[in-house]
Amino acid sequence: MGPLVPDLISENLNYVLALFIGIAFGAILEQAGFSSSRRLVGLFYGYDFTVLRVFFTAGIVAMVGVMALDHFGLLDMNLVYINPTFLWSAIVGGLIMGLGFVIGGYCPGTSFCAAAIGKLDALALVGGALVGVLIFAEGYPLFEGLYKASNLGSPRISQTLGISPSLFALVMILFALAAFTVASYVERKVNGRPAPLLRWTPSRAWVLAAGVVLAISAFSFTDRKADLLRLVQDEELVRSYPVETMSVDEFAFRLMDKDDDRIQVIDFRPEAEIAQQRLPKSYTFTVDNLFEQEPSRLLRVKGKINVFVANDELTERKMAVIARELGFQRVQILEGGLDAFREQVLNFQPSRPAQNMMEEFTYRFRTKAKSVIPELIQQSQPSEPVKGEKKRVRGGC
Amino acid sequence: MSETKYMNPYLAGVLLGLLLLVTIYITGRGLGASGAIKSTVVAGVHAIAPGHAQSSEYYREYLEDHAGKPLKSWLVFEVAGVFIGAFLSGLAAGRLKLVTEKGPRVASRTRLMAAFAGGVLWGIGSQLGRGCTSGAALSGMAVQATGGILTMLAIFAGAYVFAYFFRKLWV
Repeated sequence: MGPLVPDLISENLNYVLALFIGIAFGAILEQAGFSSSRRLVGLFYGYDFTVLRVFFTAGIVAMVGVMALDHFGLLDMNLVYINPTFLWSAIVGGLIMGLGFVIGGYCPGTSFCAAAIGKLDALALVGGALVGVLIFAEGYPLFEGLYKASNLGSPRISQTLGISPSLFALVMILFALAAFTVASYVERKVNGRPAPLLRWTPSRAWVLAAGVVLAISAFSFTDRKADLLRLVQDEELVRSYPVETMSVDEFAFRLMDKDDDRIQVIDFRPEAEIAQQRLPKSYTFTVDNLFEQEPSRLLRVKGKINVFVANDELTERKMAVIARELGFQRVQILEGGLDAFREQVLNFQPSRPAQNMMEEFTYRFRTKAKSVIPELIQQSQPSEPVKGEKKRVRGGC
Repeated sequence: MSETKYMNPYLAGVLLGLLLLVTIYITGRGLGASGAIKSTVVAGVHAIAPGHAQSSEYYREYLEDHAGKPLKSWLVFEVAGVFIGAFLSGLAAGRLKLVTEKGPRVASRTRLMAAFAGGVLWGIGSQLGRGCTSGAALSGMAVQATGGILTMLAIFAGAYVFAYFFRKLWV
């Protein structure tokens, strides 16, 4: 599961990769014509819309790609950098950058490209940008109020607008297709060529086809987490889903057996409740953890059986269904949930005298468990919940 | 003058999008540019006036984040790559040439001054926007980050609003 840094790729190798990614970035921008200021600002005067085409195509391809990686569980979005939203800072900063774009003719990335092939104006812009950052840093007390105002955290657009990521992707795709059409029209008009609004060319057909494919993809790469949470709303399905169960007696026995290190209890109760009564061999877990790169690794430890526990069996089943759908194999649930475990073991009271040998043994075992397990609970180390220790990557500029 | 042929913009866009996707998959972050400028400024101030860098909040926060080595940042390496990649591409396409690119109606001096002024605005704006066209707009769009998309809209809105007043620079 991505991102590959820092587990599969070390921090130092990451710097080497940064260089190669940069080389590809620079080469693509240069090949696209972004090393020319006149071409870049053509977007704002209507004579050249290259920027619009490259920028939106790239944005949409990457967006749908990210949705696909998320959908197939290949990328833990909790670890991916999501640009924070500081409302006014973003708007004012953006407007200033827009002004900088029409006056300067480049944006920072493209100015590096242009400077690299000998454009002196680009070099001047790079110099100006260094001075600009210096001005900001030196005048930081002046900017700070605006810089930190209206901190909305790091929401994604689906959270802000309350629409699905798929719908937002569709809106962007439609917007891009419309923009490409209008751009071609304006471009031809401004450059004095015949300009029918809808010209049918092979290239146009390809772009339209690609747009349709991307739009369909956007709707098939739904948010996996939302899908699975919706799936387990269906109680009938959850009840009929084949999940192995462990009886309360086996569970009690394995908790008491000091040599049994194969069992790990995955406790889905709320943290506060677990703090009151922490089971031996247990880990605090949440439904979110199931989807996260680092916590979910616990469930893949070789040779271990994961017993999902919660107060009621239905919650255990729901979690188990999600886990199985996510591909975790050795998952069992505690029969009747912890409610049954408490009633039948921890607070064991024989309701009637034992009728046969079997019952007699069970009674004896439960009476013993009733005294031993509370001691184990007492001893059980108040370990930290299994939270992602890894932080999000810090990105942006 | 021979017309140099550029790549089909849609093809370039797909390649750029795939590169961005691979970058996010490998590193958990997108592409960027202005961050390297910030690293350079912080490194410069830190080298020339270390006391000042430590006493001023904006530098200090950045230095603490980068363990006192502001140039050892992902974006600095990436931007070094951008220079190399663009140079090689320009070399291959025969576009290496020392020249001041400008609109037909302005002098080179005016163009250079305007470019410098534009750079200053980018410097300030990218700090406020927490990223520029690459780090905020493009990468933010890829991960559907509200902040990035907002900055993107503001950049393009600003450029279209102000374009009229600076048309003599370009057309």
